[in-house]
Amino acid sequence: MESFWAWFRWLNDATGINLTIFYDPFDRGRFASGLLVTIELSAICIILSVAIGIVGAGLQRSRLRLTRQVVYWYIQFFRNTPPLVQLYFFYFGLGSMLATTSASGSPVPIVSNVAWAIVSLSFFAGAFNVEIFRSGIEAVPRTTVEAAESLGFSRMRTYLFIVLPLAFRISLPALNNNLVNLVKTTTLAYAIAVPEMLYVSSQIWSDELNVPEMMNVLLVCYFALVGVLVYAMSRWERAIKVPGFGV
Amino acid sequence: MSAGGSDHAIRTRTLRWNEPLPQTTDLPVLLPAASHLAHAAAIERTAGAFTLRLRPAHGVALAVLFLIGCGWAEAQVQPGQPSIVETLWKWTPVLLRGFLFNLLISAVAMAAGTIVGLFLGFAQISLLPPVRKGAWLTTHFFRNAPWLVLLFYCMFLLPFQVRIFGVTIPIPDWLKATLGLALPVMANVSEIVRGAVQSIPTTQWESAASLAFNRRQTLWMIIFPQCIKRMLPPWMNLYAILTMSTVLVSIVGVNEMMSLTRQALSAENRPGLLLAFYSYVLFWFFLYCYPIARWTVRLEARYAVND
Repeated sequence: MESFWAWFRWLNDATGINLTIFYDPFDRGRFASGLLVTIELSAICIILSVAIGIVGAGLQRSRLRLTRQVVYWYIQFFRNTPPLVQLYFFYFGLGSMLATTSASGSPVPIVSNVAWAIVSLSFFAGAFNVEIFRSGIEAVPRTTVEAAESLGFSRMRTYLFIVLPLAFRISLPALNNNLVNLVKTTTLAYAIAVPEMLYVSSQIWSDELNVPEMMNVLLVCYFALVGVLVYAMSRWERAIKVPGFGV
Repeated sequence: MSAGGSDHAIRTRTLRWNEPLPQTTDLPVLLPAASHLAHAAAIERTAGAFTLRLRPAHGVALAVLFLIGCGWAEAQVQPGQPSIVETLWKWTPVLLRGFLFNLLISAVAMAAGTIVGLFLGFAQISLLPPVRKGAWLTTHFFRNAPWLVLLFYCMFLLPFQVRIFGVTIPIPDWLKATLGLALPVMANVSEIVRGAVQSIPTTQWESAASLAFNRRQTLWMIIFPQCIKRMLPPWMNLYAILTMSTVLVSIVGVNEMMSLTRQALSAENRPGLLLAFYSYVLFWFFLYCYPIARWTVRLEARYAVND
């Protein structure tokens, strides 16, 4: 392994291609942590946004008009404003209103920038997911629900065990589009100094002055990250596709 | 499209006493919403962007937000300070110049991206495997890369000036940022073109071949004119999304509307102005994107292909 890292030092000496993230342990650690934060951020936001989608789609079936209206306006707000504006709104707008703790002397906000990024991005992707799941649920015929009712399923259990699994299979292609979009949107967290891959790379290239190398590394990393997600999701999509549906 | 077409209505008919029971059911397994969703997902996947659907109610909501922001700011006005309306009016020319800059960036990025994207799209359906595969890889590489990363890429890697035959031509920051936005547009346009060409029935190609058109003539005179109708709605949607994304260039330090707003706010140094100013910015974007989004929906409805 050591000779593998040393090869990049040789590469720098021989050609001037300065990939410090391979031979310099400090930069390697920094970049790895940035990659990890990006993956974590993506994973947490994917899980939360899908959860928001399921709950929101459930609430849209609510008997209360007010609940449906709240969900409707939530979707409209997050769907039609740029995600950067949403991020600023949460971090600068709401974040500055919240209290700070000063246990260590300097004021520390109780909700960190990473948490605001997670909240903002999850709500952003969640708004799309609610609509996606809602269309999926609309596709499940009333007769299927009636059959479940006649078997004694409660309203909640019908939704969880009958409607949702079917709706999920129908929704998956649209959901995939949105999740891929979400992973790409995590770069926006750079704007509020979340130490994800883009932010860490910008720190490295300003320290080591190796902008072209880091840029290419970054581009390849994102291509690989999104490529893996697209590949895995499309495999899954094909595996659980409802036969006869889809384009 | 799918087996359970979108016009699958539930038909019920009473059976006669001696009629055999039907082997298949007329009741749909899934309702039309399933194929609508599948269709929308396919369109979204081709366009590489979600479909923007703006309604008049959004404008009303924004106006209400703006009024609340103004009221809030007005309530915090100290004696001796100008009112919120005066302050907004004072900054409007500056902000609008920034907004025009956003529009310029979006127009140049869209034009450049479309021209290159058209070529890339046709390269994707080339008969030469290396060209086809190269174009496929280029398209997917730029589609999978986040917009912000591409923006950084162009900002930092393009020189600030080029020398051609002893003449030094400076490349301003905004042009580099525009190029950064043009790259993802190019990839998305390429995919829109490929999708549109492939959506034309093969019979069109066959009849063109039987009339002795060669491949170039077929593409240019028969297939492409039919594609334009299918390409226009996703292309316009992409433009609306690009316009919204131009605020990203504020992150890399180009003085467009968003960064000018931030500067105006710090110059005024009154925290109460925050909501009023940002909703004002949003309102201008809405004013510009709304007609485009509405027109896209109308075109989509008009060009909807019944096949």
